[in-house]
Amino acid sequence: MGVVKTQFAFEALKSIFKKPSTEEYPHKRREPPKDFRGRPVWLIEKCVGCGLCARVCPVKAIKIIGRGKEVNVTYLLDRCIFCAQCAESCNIRAIAIVGEFEFAGYDKSKMSYIYDKKQLVEKEAEIAR
Amino acid sequence: MGMGLMSGSMIKVVIGPQHPALKEPERFIIEVEGEQVVQVTPRIGYVHRGIEKAMENRTYIQNLYLAERICGICSHAHTTCYVQAVEDLLSVEAPPRAKYIRTVIAELERIHSHLLWLGILAHEVGFDTFFMYVWRDREVIMDLLEEISGNRVNYAMNTIGGVRRDLDQEKISKILKGLEVIEEKAKKYIQMIQKEPTILKRTVGVGYLSSIDAVRYNAVGPLARASGVKRDVRKDDPYIAYDDISFNIVTRDEGDCFSRMMIRAEEILESINIVREALSKLPVGDISVKTRLVIPPSETVSRVEAPRGELIHYARSNGTDKPERYKIRAPTLANLKALCKMLTGIYLADVPVILAGIDPCFSCMDRMQIIDCEKKEKQSWTLDDLRRYAREWYQKH
Repeated sequence: MGVVKTQFAFEALKSIFKKPSTEEYPHKRREPPKDFRGRPVWLIEKCVGCGLCARVCPVKAIKIIGRGKEVNVTYLLDRCIFCAQCAESCNIRAIAIVGEFEFAGYDKSKMSYIYDKKQLVEKEAEIAR
Repeated sequence: MGMGLMSGSMIKVVIGPQHPALKEPERFIIEVEGEQVVQVTPRIGYVHRGIEKAMENRTYIQNLYLAERICGICSHAHTTCYVQAVEDLLSVEAPPRAKYIRTVIAELERIHSHLLWLGILAHEVGFDTFFMYVWRDREVIMDLLEEISGNRVNYAMNTIGGVRRDLDQEKISKILKGLEVIEEKAKKYIQMIQKEPTILKRTVGVGYLSSIDAVRYNAVGPLARASGVKRDVRKDDPYIAYDDISFNIVTRDEGDCFSRMMIRAEEILESINIVREALSKLPVGDISVKTRLVIPPSETVSRVEAPRGELIHYARSNGTDKPERYKIRAPTLANLKALCKMLTGIYLADVPVILAGIDPCFSCMDRMQIIDCEKKEKQSWTLDDLRRYAREWYQKH
């Protein structure tokens, strides 16, 4: 019993001088690890609109309209479960996973991301002009 | 009931079913006479989520992530069981490296699940300091899993025909470093558990289950092993890389809550050795093989030793990209009968410890109602009330 008491006392004493074990999250933001599965981002200039990502998505968070140069991808953050199967299934690696994790919000309408290749092409043409 | 009429104080204690924080709510109607439990009636099905039916409406790839979400703590056990079943239907085999990586994740998951459970039992007996220490150390494993798989809880490591991510040298050295920390702590905790009077008083001899009863009521996992039954799917029917790895099945003969606690603490050490051996033997090669998406008609059963015991998945395919029937039997269901046996004849104050002792997925009995049959009085208790009652009762006796 004595041994236990000293062990616990030792542990407790050590804890007094240690900094808290919990993360001081809102004040100090911990960097996610390198391979963290966060939000998928479409590299729309690469995308060919094959629709494979939309087919494998378990929660139907991806909608694709059009193919080739007129592809329009809608990604619904509020449905996404961050499994990254879309990025894995993409044959041309047009989906990147970024280490973001702070997505909380009050407005669902702000949680859809639209990637439009046509707009991108037009914008690039404008810049070129 | 006859006994109740004789003494005039048959009380029905209703435990459960709802608690928002935990999965698998469960309701127990416990009939007590004075302090003694006379009869226990479980009522299951409160969190029927229709997963089996949902799986029939999704493709095999989509089902991976549904299977993972059956349980948050043993998510890897569920996906391993699922991919094993699907690989069997496809008659493909994952490459050896993938099997070893699956083993590493499975054992890391077992370590964190057992640490979590040790904390919960310490909390139930009113030893919150121990609970805090154990959960603090569990974070080491959670961080490792995040580092390896990209997420703390749903690892998404398994895919049909292999694993999705490889282990590089940097990750391996991080795992080994983390394991050293956990090993040292686990050894210290085993010492503490054996000598700490707070734990001993509440667990020794509590919730006794004899080895005959453990076999008769089909107990699985650590519950069966704590009663001296050598039952472990990892040895009985080796899957992934367990047939190449040497390890012992930890068993004890006492069959009480204390031995369940010790079994899990010792299994942590055993799991650490398994991870080390798997990492040292890690074969070189591919981590996955390409598979077809359409599966010919067939059926199969797959078994996995989840942290809580034997997990069974059954799958039947019909030539499309979706399963025709999928059935899951989680270990808690198997242990439920043994739990009712253990709860009969004990003191009401021991109920939380025994309930927590089987490491249920449903220990979410936050609301309980006491109905006094004689006075027709109703009284609502929360789990905290029950815990407080248990602590006060033990102080008096």
